[in-house]
Amino acid sequence: MAPRVAIVGAGPAGAFAAACLLRARGDAEVDFFERLPTPWGLLRGGVAPDHQEIKRLQDTFHRQTLARGCRFLGNVEVGTDVTHDELMRHYTAVVYATGAQTDKSLGIPGEELPGSWAATELVAWYNGHPDYRDLEFDLSCTRAVVIGNGNVAADVVRLLTRSVDELGRTDIADHALDALRESRIEEVVILGRRGPAQAAFTSAELRELGHLDGVDLDVDGFELDPVSEEWLADQGTFTARTNVRLLREFAERPARAASPRRIALRFLRSPVAIRGDGRVEAIDVCRNELVRSADGAIRALALDGEEVETIDCGLVLRSVGYRAVPLPGVPFDERAFVLPNEDGRVHTPAGDRVPGVYAVGWIKRGPTGILGTNKRDAQETVDCLVEDLDALPAPPHPDRAAVDALLAERAPDLVTAEGWRLIDRHELARGSRERRPRVKLASRDELLAAASPG
Amino acid sequence: MTYVIVGSCIKDDSCIEVCPVDCIHPKPGAPDFETAEQLYIDPAVCIDCDACVEACPVDAVYAEAEIPGKHDYALELNSLFFAELSTVGRTA
Repeated sequence: MAPRVAIVGAGPAGAFAAACLLRARGDAEVDFFERLPTPWGLLRGGVAPDHQEIKRLQDTFHRQTLARGCRFLGNVEVGTDVTHDELMRHYTAVVYATGAQTDKSLGIPGEELPGSWAATELVAWYNGHPDYRDLEFDLSCTRAVVIGNGNVAADVVRLLTRSVDELGRTDIADHALDALRESRIEEVVILGRRGPAQAAFTSAELRELGHLDGVDLDVDGFELDPVSEEWLADQGTFTARTNVRLLREFAERPARAASPRRIALRFLRSPVAIRGDGRVEAIDVCRNELVRSADGAIRALALDGEEVETIDCGLVLRSVGYRAVPLPGVPFDERAFVLPNEDGRVHTPAGDRVPGVYAVGWIKRGPTGILGTNKRDAQETVDCLVEDLDALPAPPHPDRAAVDALLAERAPDLVTAEGWRLIDRHELARGSRERRPRVKLASRDELLAAASPG
Repeated sequence: MTYVIVGSCIKDDSCIEVCPVDCIHPKPGAPDFETAEQLYIDPAVCIDCDACVEACPVDAVYAEAEIPGKHDYALELNSLFFAELSTVGRTA
């Protein structure tokens, strides 16, 4: 009998897993269960709109999955519309590819003030995620502060400083473009708790920040401490060395004087409090020094006796890491924030295998790596799944008709691959009229209307 | 002439699989693979065959003469990766 596999989450990890599975077992019946009416997860909702070239990966995903018979079952939430146990009654195996859906907090006073956000909320908003379109970011202030030195931080900084003309040629959500048109932000300060050598930016993202039209990049007092010099020489990666070279170059070049906007990189700074009367008005920041701990890791420690610096700002975006959330009906590791697993085979916290249940992507390994990392990750999980297939029992309801009957009852607004094709066609056609790569439909109602034929 | 990988590389390893002369690094399993932000083409080994261009799902590979202006750093960066590598030992 053909193995039947449900993949929960149609993001990059799920897509790579489906493609990989179909290569290994051409007879497998694969169904994506996706919470949104649209597939490809962070490729659509995370990758920045000014990085369109990366979005071309969706063509590969389509060709390797939906075009090969994988079904897309969108606008269905596993855990609410259908349960894990129900999936297990309909599929030989269930692969969780749900990612890391929440962000880490800073744990400082004032974090809950209006005007203090997770950077990922801004990302979901400007990328047209239907659950975020109604967020209202106050862009009437002149200074924003972004906390964190990773690529999401770099993305939001670019989106806040790039000209509206440039953004208008991307697939940024229309509501975000309208709001950014009225933005009064002139300066974005980026705080990094450690130094230039430890910044998690890729050199590609850092280089872009230094070359935006009409934007000056200020690297304040760039100098490398002896701890970093030593670390860079004996353990530093090619990216870390490239980043340091770039930052030195940026620090030494003359200011781009006539620039209407400015990015300020501030290293060795940690936020200690966000302040304001009813909304964000300022952030207090302390200075750090780097120490090398016994295991060789470089840590930031607050400098004693230094004065706290206050930066006036009206918007604070934190980007200091992501976390998966527990899923109903399956085990969860509350410390590592992943499904407990070995090479993708899910087990209970006590170590007992949960037969037929697998994990892939961020819910498996934590929020690390880039898009292509999921390809190797998916291969590992699928290798295990294929090896186990013969030993897995056939589900009690091993046919597509039974799933369809269940979904007809639970998910009346189901969006299938055909529905997604109609949405895609609609968005691309609007894009072509406006000379943009795509114009996104950013509410569930609009998406569902476009997905219904006629 | 050589082909060059630009910063929009997603480390999908399709190019490595098709390269007939094994000039794209780091490879999965190499010690520096996980920390690499992108893959690089060794200009001293590349035979200019364009198999990697065809394989790349995000069009991140360009012929040296056709690199877009915004990626003008890429030729030097690909070379530099291998220059630095030769001083610390070759990856697998």
